Formats: sequence, structure tokens, C-alpha cells
Amino acid sequence: MKNKIISRVLTALVVIASAIVWQSCKPKAPATVSMGDAASKAFVPPGKYDEFYNVVSGGFNGQMSIYGLPSGRLFRIIPVFSQFPENGYGYSEETIPMLNTSHGFVPWDDLHHIALSTTSGQHDGRWAFANANNTPRVARVDMKTFKTVEILELPHSGGNHSSPFITENTEYVVAGTRFSVPVGDKTDVPISSFKENFKGYISFISVDPADGKMKIAFQLKTPGVSFDLARAGKGKSHGWFFFSTYNTEQAYTLLEVNASQKDKDFIMAVNWKKAEEYIKAGKGQTVKAKYAHNEWDESTHTGVSNIMDEVLQLDPAELKDIIYFIPCPKSPHGCDTDPTGEYIVGSGKLAALIPVFSFTKIQQAIANKDFEGEFAGIPVIKYEAALHGEVKKPGLGPLHTEFDEKGNAYTSFFVSSEIVKWNVQSLEVLDRVPTYYSIGHLSVPGGPTAKPHGKYVVAYNKITKDRYLPTGPELTQSAQLYDISGDKMQLVLDFPTTGEPHYAESIPAEMVMPNSQKIYKLEENKHPYAALGEGQAKVERKGKEVHVYMTAIRSHLTPDNIEGVKLGDDVYFHVTNLEQDWDVPHGFAIKGANNAELLVMPGETATLKWKPLTTGIFPFYCTDFCSALHQEMQGYIRVSPAGSNVPLKFSTGKIEDQSSGAGQ
Amino acid sequence: MKTMKYLIGASLAAALFACAPDKPVNTEEKDLNKSAVEAITDPTKGIGAVKNVTLNTPLEQDRIKRGLSIYEMKCLACHKLDGTRIVGPGWKDITKNRKPEWIMNMITNVDVMLDQDPEAQKLLELCLMRMPNQNMSIGDARDVLEFMRQNDGEK
Repeated sequence: MKNKIISRVLTALVVIASAIVWQSCKPKAPATVSMGDAASKAFVPPGKYDEFYNVVSGGFNGQMSIYGLPSGRLFRIIPVFSQFPENGYGYSEETIPMLNTSHGFVPWDDLHHIALSTTSGQHDGRWAFANANNTPRVARVDMKTFKTVEILELPHSGGNHSSPFITENTEYVVAGTRFSVPVGDKTDVPISSFKENFKGYISFISVDPADGKMKIAFQLKTPGVSFDLARAGKGKSHGWFFFSTYNTEQAYTLLEVNASQKDKDFIMAVNWKKAEEYIKAGKGQTVKAKYAHNEWDESTHTGVSNIMDEVLQLDPAELKDIIYFIPCPKSPHGCDTDPTGEYIVGSGKLAALIPVFSFTKIQQAIANKDFEGEFAGIPVIKYEAALHGEVKKPGLGPLHTEFDEKGNAYTSFFVSSEIVKWNVQSLEVLDRVPTYYSIGHLSVPGGPTAKPHGKYVVAYNKITKDRYLPTGPELTQSAQLYDISGDKMQLVLDFPTTGEPHYAESIPAEMVMPNSQKIYKLEENKHPYAALGEGQAKVERKGKEVHVYMTAIRSHLTPDNIEGVKLGDDVYFHVTNLEQDWDVPHGFAIKGANNAELLVMPGETATLKWKPLTTGIFPFYCTDFCSALHQEMQGYIRVSPAGSNVPLKFSTGKIEDQSSGAGQ
Repeated sequence: MKTMKYLIGASLAAALFACAPDKPVNTEEKDLNKSAVEAITDPTKGIGAVKNVTLNTPLEQDRIKRGLSIYEMKCLACHKLDGTRIVGPGWKDITKNRKPEWIMNMITNVDVMLDQDPEAQKLLELCLMRMPNQNMSIGDARDVLEFMRQNDGEK
């Protein structure tokens, strides 16, 4: 009996003790941090608009999503690098070319980072750029239509992680490879020949200031390391770019251990104005390369994919003064320039301090040749010579830093799961708040620009665990909104996100909303198969292809009776939405389609290819509820055997006289 | 759901439309816009920016040509040129039964008309389909009106 009691007491003590230990490792319970007026700060009354558009990467879903801040409401998912069943992107004949690459059609990629276009270092609300991490590409989304309008593939890249970061006036979007790889003629080499054969490439993509069109202006050939993130200089450091690197150990296996050996990796400073000079002086070398350039034409509503065959390269090991290395502790992830352009914050993800470099000091060190040596032929600046100072004991595992308009920095800490606010000048830690859990990137509206909008910081977390109702093994991903308008950061909202949010940017609603396009004008529709009015609806046979020029308007499809299609035919439904009013899409689906459905915006034309596999009558209908008579918006197509003599015919609203034998 | 959204958003949409015409308008039409704030005196003219339309005889052939192509692109799907109703009413005799101002307001200010004009509401009850805003300027509507006059046998 006594023994039993003792053992029970002991068990209880052990349980309590372990609970205490466990509690101390776990961040404080949510109830103790979110309180007071938090709800009212995130509350946007029904029918009212949010203050910011929050443009968020979808990570492994390959898409970009648009939320409102401070409400956290999801408005739209923009398909970029993945097919999207909701609107037919990557399925319709017009959009398939957008996902073409030198490897052929790639239906699903991994989108990590967002860059909103800037002019004079400030948001201009024109475009959002995004990277495909797996099959290396950069995309441009038009902020008028919230549509992917251009995708450019990157040759010589093994994985486009350090991308898309932009210069002050969106002169360039950069794309640095995560994997160094062998390129050119000599690619069938032993993996163990890494040091000899593997190279890292960084592409500078020029952006046409008028229409945003992208082109690889030049590539920099760099030593075989991994590039992680980057930021352009701004203001006084405009003309420079800063990239974080890891695996300067040049390991090719078990990087978890082997790429974490050195005390310091590098931040790579690139003088891109110098690179431009070399290009002008004809020092660039044209190299064979195969990559796709896909462009969307808003007048034909069609994407076109061109395969390019060469690219211009510069070799900074031979052409001096383009790049310099700056030692930075422990596998830096974030590499962020403050709004003035003077300070560059490195975030070593295995470090317990944050080094802040000074652009002025870097320039002095270069002028004085204050180097500690070379790495693969590139000068390495002395750490102390470039350093403004270190933020001491800020937390564990700093990842990424953004800035407010008051001279403060906000750094995410993955390992210690918190956001730390500190002063850029004094390097003094001012405040810290826990995140739930394991924050990756964070985002302050305008945080990477010369003019932050401030007000909030959003944490994009890697783990949600117990924060939401569980949905089996696969849980929602999440973000958290903190009010930073006061001295102390305050958690005001948790909101779930679609896909895995890596990086995101926010822009004031008034910079985007007035330009948002409502419809496509029929008068401007130049699609070769558009039926601009019901009188142009028709069916044409071209050999084994049957082209249906179909119109959709509330609430009928024209033609809605089609006969004369035969087995072996490919039927193309070119559906033109004749509506000219905002928010009246029509859908199109046909029974047994192995491909997809369509969603067609007002004034737009989209094409679904359908190959009937059996004879018979196949129904089709509109899939987007459009009016009280939406359910009536339907039709039939008849498929006859190959060689049948059923004539090609089509109609809408025509009642046939069955006494003539038409039913036979 | 979408229909509900339409009903709720109708007046807002109309307000936006009134503030931001898509196409340049000629001077006559600008004058019409200026008087848009004045109270409607003649309820048979409908509700909207169009207060007074001057009809000329003979018909203006260039307007008829433009009106026909607009009709084919944006109206034909729902309106026949004879008297039969398909989605919307047929157009035969419309210019004899409605004031020109009413017709043009219906085309350019359809959401407000459907919400407030008794005649437009009667048509909605009959057709049970809200006539869509087809993003037409007052100039477009005037062209369509001229085409309707021709369709009704005017010379």
C-alpha cells in the first residue's frame, strides 16, 4: 500500500517535472499573448476593404496567393508555375505554352519568393515577380489582371532559389542558383568532381520599363557554391547587389553536416554597374544555352513559348572588380539591405548573432584592398573591415530581416521561434515576440523597399501543430499578423494560408486597386478563333480537327446542338464570353473530357481540346453559376462513327421537324 | 449567390460606371453628363445620364453602321430584330414604344434602371434575367438607337 502511494507520488512528480520542462521549451500559450484590442485591429467590417494587398508565395503548390491585411482573408490564388483546375491554367490550349520549358511541359513547380516592382526604390504597383525553385524560371504577374503574363527559364541554373530580387528601378531581376552544376559540353562527369567541374550561375534579367518584358541581359559565372537569398543595394548602394551563399565547403553529399563545417560562409557583393561596363566594352561571351521564354498576349488571350539558344556571360574571376566576398557567420539565409542602402544584414541560420555590414566600409575595404585572401580567384574582404557591428544574443537561427520606416529591423528566428525587433544604428534589441511555430520569412509592408509602409509584420510559419482544428496528417499552413505601430509588437491574428508561404510582400491597396482590370473588351479581342457576337458562332472542319467557335452569355451557349463529329476527330471548343460586365465569368465542361474544363472571363476567348473516345451524345454546360437560368445553360454534341455520313451542323434555338426523318 | 451579389452591388456598380465612362464622348454627350445631377422630370425617359436626345431625319448612316456592329457583338445573343422574345424582348417597334432617352439609359445605366425604373422592372419580371451591363458608352448607345430606328422602318 505504502509502496503504491510512494510510487504514485513519484510518478506524479515525474509527470509534473517533465511538464515543466516541456512547458519551458514551448512558447507561451496563445491566450497570454493575444489579448485586449487585438481582434478589433484585424477586424475589417463586412463590405469594407483591407488596407493592404498581401502577395504570398504558395511554396510547393507553385502558385501565388493574394490576401488582405489586416483581415488575413484570401482573395485569389494566381496560378504561376502549376496547373490550376479552378480556372484551366495550364490545361487550356492558350495557357499550355506558359508552362513549357527546355525539358518540355512542367505541370507543377515550387514557388518561393515574391518581388513587387519598384521605381526609385519604392513600390509602383505594376508587377509581381516570382521564382520557380525546381525547374529554374522567373515569372511576371501583371497587377492589373493578377495574371501570369511571362515566364523566363534560366539556363545553367540547378535550382532557382536566390530569386527574384530586384534593383531599385526594376532594371534587373536576379536569379542565383541554389545548386551549382556542371554546364556546357562537359556535364556527364563524376559527382565527386564538384570542385573542378561545378559552377554557380547568377542571371541578371533585364525588365523593359515600358511593358515589363524580361530578357537575360547577362550571367555571372561564379565558383561552385550555393546561393540562398539576395537583395539589391538602394540609395547610396544602388548599383550593387548582395547575395548570401552557403556550402562554400563545396560539399556534394550530406550537406546538412558537410556544408556546415566552416565558421563563416560569404555574402557576395556584386557591382552590377561594373558588369554593365564590361558588357558595353564587349567583354561578354556568348554561350550556347537552351531555355524557354513564354509570353502571354492579352489581345489574343494566348501564350506563346519560344526556345532561346544563347546567353551572354561574364567571368568575374577574369574580369576584376565585379564581385567580392564578405565572410558571414554560419550559412547565411537572409541578406537584407535597410531602407537607406547603407546596412546589409546577414542572417546565419546556424548563428547566434546578427552581423550588420556597412556599405561605406565595404567600399573603403575594396579601395584599401583590405582583403584576407581569395576564394576561387575572388577577393575576400576582411570581416571586421566590412562590419558595422553585431547584434549580440538576439536569438537562435536568424533567417530573414525586414525594416520599418522608423529605423528598426525585424528578424525572424527559426530555431527559437520568434521575431526580434532591433535598432539598425545602435544594434540594440528592443522587443521580442514568440511565433507559433518556427517562423521562416517575415514581411513588413514595403519592408524591402526604400520607403517601408510599416504598421504590421507578418510571420510565415513552417509548423502549425496545435493552432488549428486538425485535418489529418496534413495540416493547414499559416501566417501570423503582428501590429508594430507601437513600441511593443502585438500579435493580432492567426490566418491559414494555402500552400507553404515562403516569402511575401504587401502593398497599400490604393496603389493597386484603381488599376484592377474589370473585363476584357470584346473590341480588343484578337483571338484567331474568337466569335465576337453570336452571329460569328460556327463549327468548321479542318481535316480531323473540328473547331467550334462558341459564344457564352447569360444564359446560353451558341451553338448548343452540334452534329457531324466523328470518332478520331479532335474537337476544339473555342469559347468566347460575350459578357462585358465585371464578375460574370462563364465556365465550360463536357462529359468525359480527359483534359479539363474552362473558366472564361468577360470578353475573353479560351480553348478546350476534346477527343471523343466513344460514339453517342455528349452533354456540355456552363460550370460557373451565372444567372437564375444558369442550370439551363447547356447543350449536346453528337459523335458518330468514323466514316459516318452525318453532316456537320450546328444551331441554337432551332426546333427540327421530326416528320422529315431528321431523327433517323 | 452571384445573383444576390449583383443585386447588392448594383447601385455601387452604377455609381462607378457614371464616374468613369470608358470612351471619349462628343460634346453633345458631355453636356448630357453635366446635367446628370439634375432631377429627372420625365419618368418615361428612364434614369441615367441621358436627358435629351435629338433625333435627325434622314437617319445618320454612319451611326447605323456602327450600331449594327455593336448589335452583332453585344446584343444579338439575346435580342432578335423581330418581335420575338428569346432571352430579352425582340426589338421590333421599340423606338415607337419607348422614348429614345429611356432606351439609351437602359443600355448605359442598366443596373440602376433595373433597380428603380418601373418599366425596366416589369421587363425583368417578364424575362427573369437581368440585362447585363455590356460596357457601352453613351455614344455607343446612340449608335445602337439609330440602328433600332432603321430596324423600325424609319428612313
